Amino acid sequence: MENEVIHTEQLTKCFGSFTAVDHISFDVKHGEIFGFLGANGAGKTTAMRMLCGLSHPTSGKGNVAGFDIATQGEEIKKHIGYMSQKFSLYEDLKVWENLRLFGGIYGMTTKDIARKTDEMLEYLGFEAERNTFVSALPLGWKQKLAFSVSILHEPKVVFLDEPTGGVDPVTRRQFWELIYHAADRGITVFVTTHYMDEAEYCDRVSIMVDGRIEALDTPDSLKAKYHAETMNDVFQQLARKAVRQAD
Amino acid sequence: MAAVSVENLCKSYGKVQAVNKLSFAVEEGELYGIIGPDGAGKTTLFRILATLMLPDGGTARVAGYDVVNDYRTIRNLIGYMPGRFSLYQDLTVEENLNFFATVFSTTVDENYSLIEDIYKQIEPFKKRLAGKLSGGMKQKLALSCALIHKPEVLFLDEPTTGVDPVSRKEFWNMLLKLKRQGITIMVSTPYMDEATLCDRIALIQNGEFLEVDTPRHIIDRYPDVLWSVKSDKMHRLLDDLRSYPHVKSSFSFGETFHVTFYGQGSPGELEAYLSDRGHQSVEIRKIAPSVEDCFMLLGRKGKNGK
Amino acid sequence: MKQFYSFIKKEFYQIFRDKRTLLILLVMPVILVILLGYAINTELNDVRIAVFDPSKDTETRHVIERFRASKYFSVIKELDTKSEINDVFKGGNMDMVIVFPENFSARLHKREANIQLIVDGTDPNQAYMLTGYAGGVLSSYQMELLERYDIPVQIQTETRMLYNPQAKSAYNFVPGVMGLILTLICAMMTSVSIVREKEMGTMEVLLASPMKPIQIILSKMAPYFVLSITTLVIILLLAVFVMGVPIRGSLFWLALSSVLFIIVALSLGLLISTLVDKQMSALLVSGIGLMMPVLVFSGLIFPIENIPWVLRWISDVIPARWYIAIVRKIMIEGVGVQFFIKELCIIVVMALVLITVAWKNFKVRLC
Repeated sequence: MENEVIHTEQLTKCFGSFTAVDHISFDVKHGEIFGFLGANGAGKTTAMRMLCGLSHPTSGKGNVAGFDIATQGEEIKKHIGYMSQKFSLYEDLKVWENLRLFGGIYGMTTKDIARKTDEMLEYLGFEAERNTFVSALPLGWKQKLAFSVSILHEPKVVFLDEPTGGVDPVTRRQFWELIYHAADRGITVFVTTHYMDEAEYCDRVSIMVDGRIEALDTPDSLKAKYHAETMNDVFQQLARKAVRQAD
Repeated sequence: MAAVSVENLCKSYGKVQAVNKLSFAVEEGELYGIIGPDGAGKTTLFRILATLMLPDGGTARVAGYDVVNDYRTIRNLIGYMPGRFSLYQDLTVEENLNFFATVFSTTVDENYSLIEDIYKQIEPFKKRLAGKLSGGMKQKLALSCALIHKPEVLFLDEPTTGVDPVSRKEFWNMLLKLKRQGITIMVSTPYMDEATLCDRIALIQNGEFLEVDTPRHIIDRYPDVLWSVKSDKMHRLLDDLRSYPHVKSSFSFGETFHVTFYGQGSPGELEAYLSDRGHQSVEIRKIAPSVEDCFMLLGRKGKNGK
Repeated sequence: MKQFYSFIKKEFYQIFRDKRTLLILLVMPVILVILLGYAINTELNDVRIAVFDPSKDTETRHVIERFRASKYFSVIKELDTKSEINDVFKGGNMDMVIVFPENFSARLHKREANIQLIVDGTDPNQAYMLTGYAGGVLSSYQMELLERYDIPVQIQTETRMLYNPQAKSAYNFVPGVMGLILTLICAMMTSVSIVREKEMGTMEVLLASPMKPIQIILSKMAPYFVLSITTLVIILLLAVFVMGVPIRGSLFWLALSSVLFIIVALSLGLLISTLVDKQMSALLVSGIGLMMPVLVFSGLIFPIENIPWVLRWISDVIPARWYIAIVRKIMIEGVGVQFFIKELCIIVVMALVLITVAWKNFKVRLC
């Protein structure tokens, strides 16, 4: 148990008669890169919201960073990072203003924020952009910056919701290098993506179909099990089983 | 006659050159892909061709008509599906389709054969509001709406963005079928793996084409020998590959790294080098490049050239 | 024509599926008319008065009885000492105190009887009205005195509220509400619904289709035209049958000027929609840019005559101000067209200018 950052048992969420997430049970280990795949409408977003303490499970248990998702949502929010493609940074604030804001939100001291800001901008090679408005940065840079901001407070686990959508291939890879480095530093990474090659970068991958976890293993084992060349083939085989259509 | 012909097309927003002196032609009946990341200028190009935006310079003709002067004629001939699924969220599937049919002075029955394959899949949900559909279904409905008047040229701006791989595959199957019916299709996508399904592709970055050709030719022109490298310590492998002096480029690709060498480098030496650094079960194989490899190579050249 | 019909059908589907829009269209006019007509009432009712009467003779009793008999006043307290006057006002439960001098009767016959009216001046409008009403009561008493004592005739004043003899506030509000609601429906809702198409990306598809811009515009406007006329009829029915406001003038001219004003407001909505890209901005521009001035400058709250000339000059460009003036003249004064031809011409000119500008501004492309 010590080694598990995320632990769920029979986690379920219903909206009326619709079961969005249907009794899912899985564990994510410390420092792991965990790929959370599924077709549109498979229930990924709902599951992720519950894990982030934003949505109350209908039944089942879940534990994130040592806190109960049903009762300790506020504690969870302090100990996780979150980044999505849709919203990441405030476009009308400068780079350092965003850093100060998010550092402040997570209760970091001014000194810590200043130190981490310097470290991070140097690591990314963004020193010259300290005073740039986020809106003026290219998309790939924004995404890299947003990821770095989401782990500024050294969370135990960071949730990434389609972080690389629309990003050019080179930047996409640089983004994954950032993820690797974060994981090597002991930050657990929980990521969703529509790029199947990115699924291969994960230590373990789960594939959701119709609210249930249909498969969960390392990419290699999954490929072996489904006699597939690539993760894309595995995904196609599994996701085709989907019955339901609605989001 | 080319279905789309563009010469020296330019468009800028303030200092940003969204489309920079593009020239190309799309043949009739061709499935032509514009491949590139967000912000490369794909949407601007599509909007100019769909007569929704005036170019700053250069000319563009669609089905032989000028996009600036003959925009009314063009609007009768094209189907256009903008980046976001532009449906009425508060109308049902059926109402959306009927509405767009009458907007184009036709009826659903008249051209039903054209959309039958696609529409059949969403017909069970025809009484559902479009806003309540999943991404894949919205995409099918939007395509049906863009096709309902049997356009000569179909412009699809990032139809598969944000859609899961299964729906994406289905969508491309539909496009291939439409192509067989003689419709010229111009489609843009940020997903490089979709490029090989096009007859010809243009790789676009920062408003400029890096290359235009068939996917086959582009791949054949890849100048270096490409190797895939794999070991038991994948996280560390990238740093170690970069530290090896004869490695020219190394990028992660799914479960392996794609590596090219300078003259002196060889896979045998690399394997020894990696073993010295503690990597086990190192696997180095010669592989054929993908469009994505080409894009990254050309993209870097483009940047260095400036 | 098929396109047009289909577009309008779609527009109505959308309007009827959006609960908030329906609420604004159908419930709000009713609430506004009733709220402004009844709740925000400037008529005097149940004025609470106290009396300080040290003389306590027959004449003072007569005066007090007169106040008691009036339906506007109720005498709820008799004070014993002068110092109590301040206290009742501080308590906040007294609107006016009538103070008689000592030996009122005796003074009356010496023609030096004065009655002091003390009112709460924090709301000056209310205070003026109170003293006015009280003055009325007192002068009728004076009439009685004249008859009784046969003293040579004194000059007496008689006030009469023209057109609105009972000073009914609904007379004032109904035309104002008509201007407000029509501005709201035509300008605000039209602009928001056009901008929503821009925001959702459907405008892109419509523009890239064979539909002509004029068709798109007309089909966006037509449903709101119909709806605003419906609402107008509802307001008028409410006004006549519930609030008892008459339509003294010609129904034809009322209808004609309303249609003209609706065209002005629709063009304003179209103009706004060509200037902004977000529904929120459309709401803000039409809300702050149109509704606020209509409320302030249209005479709905303050009489235009009381507004400083700089602001009054601004009020001249608010179309609703002229429309409201016309409606007042037709409904309340019942005068003929020659008395509001100026206002009508202004509206026609505004309509022509706005349609031209909005049309020129509507782009056949995105930018």
